Amino acid sequence: MGAFLRRRLLAVVPLVLLTTSLVFSLILLLPGDPAVALVGLENVTEERLAAIRARMGFDRPLYVQYGLWLGRAARGDLGTSLRTGQPVVEALRDRLPVTLGLAVAATAFGLLLGFPLAVVAAAKRGGFIGSCASGVAAFGVAVPNFWLGSMLVLALALHMRWLPATGYASPLEAPWDALRHAILPTLTLGASAVAEITRQLRSALQDTLNTDYVRTARAKGIAERTVIWKHALRNALIPMITVSGLTISRLVGATVVVESIFALPGLGRLNLESVLNRDFPMLQGAVLVMVLLVIAVNLVSDVIYGWVDPRIRLS
Amino acid sequence: MAGWIPAYAFLEARAVARRFRRSRAAAAGACFLVALVGAAALAPLVARWDPLKQNLTDALAAPSGHHPLGTDDLGRDVLSRLLHGARLSLAAACFAVAIAALSGVPVGLVAGYAGGKLDDLLMRLVDAVQAFPALVLAMAITAALGPGLRNVMVAVGIVYIPRFARLVRGQALALREELFVEGARAAGASHARILLRHVLPNVAAPIIVQVSVSIAFALLAETSLSFLGIGIKPPTPSWGADVGRGYRFMRLAPWLVFMPGLAILLTTLAFNFLGDGLRDALDPKHARRETAS
Repeated sequence: MGAFLRRRLLAVVPLVLLTTSLVFSLILLLPGDPAVALVGLENVTEERLAAIRARMGFDRPLYVQYGLWLGRAARGDLGTSLRTGQPVVEALRDRLPVTLGLAVAATAFGLLLGFPLAVVAAAKRGGFIGSCASGVAAFGVAVPNFWLGSMLVLALALHMRWLPATGYASPLEAPWDALRHAILPTLTLGASAVAEITRQLRSALQDTLNTDYVRTARAKGIAERTVIWKHALRNALIPMITVSGLTISRLVGATVVVESIFALPGLGRLNLESVLNRDFPMLQGAVLVMVLLVIAVNLVSDVIYGWVDPRIRLS
Repeated sequence: MAGWIPAYAFLEARAVARRFRRSRAAAAGACFLVALVGAAALAPLVARWDPLKQNLTDALAAPSGHHPLGTDDLGRDVLSRLLHGARLSLAAACFAVAIAALSGVPVGLVAGYAGGKLDDLLMRLVDAVQAFPALVLAMAITAALGPGLRNVMVAVGIVYIPRFARLVRGQALALREELFVEGARAAGASHARILLRHVLPNVAAPIIVQVSVSIAFALLAETSLSFLGIGIKPPTPSWGADVGRGYRFMRLAPWLVFMPGLAILLTTLAFNFLGDGLRDALDPKHARRETAS
């Protein structure tokens, strides 16, 4: 397991270097002087431009600029927001827990609903119930989450008045309020998780149900329910470790839309605000944290997969 | 021999069409898309009202015979905006996927066929792009390039390059060991000729399926960006931007959000069903596996 872990960690190093270089390159895509973009049009003075050029090393080769930026990022210095003047790292630290909480809650919701739906879709394939389960999965993949969120707000918040339409409450300060505020965003973000988990688990379960050992179990007269839950599902669950990791990664991206609809103070909304305000230091920081989060989640799911399935770690 | 290949191709195409028609969902998806593309192409003739014409005395009017899907806050006809919006949203998604396919397919072909260090290098780059959440990368690129339809298409296109590169690379990797490729190599064909004449036609089927499924994802990405205000800009009719604008008046006029959102949902579903149907029709082994299970 130690060798497998080392191999996986080593494979992550070039990926981190490449992704960080892409985040750094965002500033190079900007038309005109990147120093002006970093200072902000309203704050442009010759002294500030000179200071930012010297700090970022804009007169030096690109790889030196990247090295300087990466070095500062590793020390926790990602600059300051052009709009608020707040250090980028501070803003990221405040916003990260909201996004993480939302992504984890949506994945948990996806697993909770996706599991039974997938089992039904695989076991009752071709029947009415199985088709309904597959239909839910097809809907979840195709539905735009900004539309689903709007419809939920309209029905459950504005019309029925059961839940608050927008806003955020800290689970540490007001747990009940936090729960009520979390339901609609979790349902909105979780719909695609339900769909993804249902599709993947249904497919894995169908493959497993065709294997020789399942056929043998059936031939021995074991009840279909036991065949599915005890024999087939156990093996079909292994790939779900990777699927859950990929789902969390995908949901991290989708938080941009969901946090905007429900006015949640998370990383996704920070990302959008930085784009709309052309706040490039903040945008670089938010994108960087999201990418590192995705890489970390995938690494953890890979390691768990290797731990559970020896064929992976020994291959 | 000269007539054999077209006759074989014709029979194969008929078999594919027969298998495709067997899937009711795929056939329904294809019919919906044909109707939608027709309505979008003929929007200036079909739509009763100018999608940009404001009529404040008729603002937020509920659906009626005059305005079948109601009007927005500026009194513009929702149905007309939906039909005109279909043109832009579909065109944006299709162009984005064209960018992704035209960039990703060559990368995948070269990586899979060449193998070795070049494959490693190209695939690490693809991994790096894929590590970004799709919408976040598209937003960041749009932020750098500036808003607008063209930049949104480029951004969404870049995001989906890895899908095509990975798919084609896997296929090319398997095909380069095939006898017909070795035969072409032995006959002195250049690498470019082998790739274009022998490898590419054999990966066409999965590429076609990927195009269909990717258009659905690209449509979702484009409409999400427009909803957030960084894609297609008002007053241009666009499904995503219209949902975003309608969101503010949702309590008074829910049709402003419901109708364009439903159009996105149905179109995405149709492209997904079409992709599933094409995969089953072009790869009968896959269809048999699915039926057996």
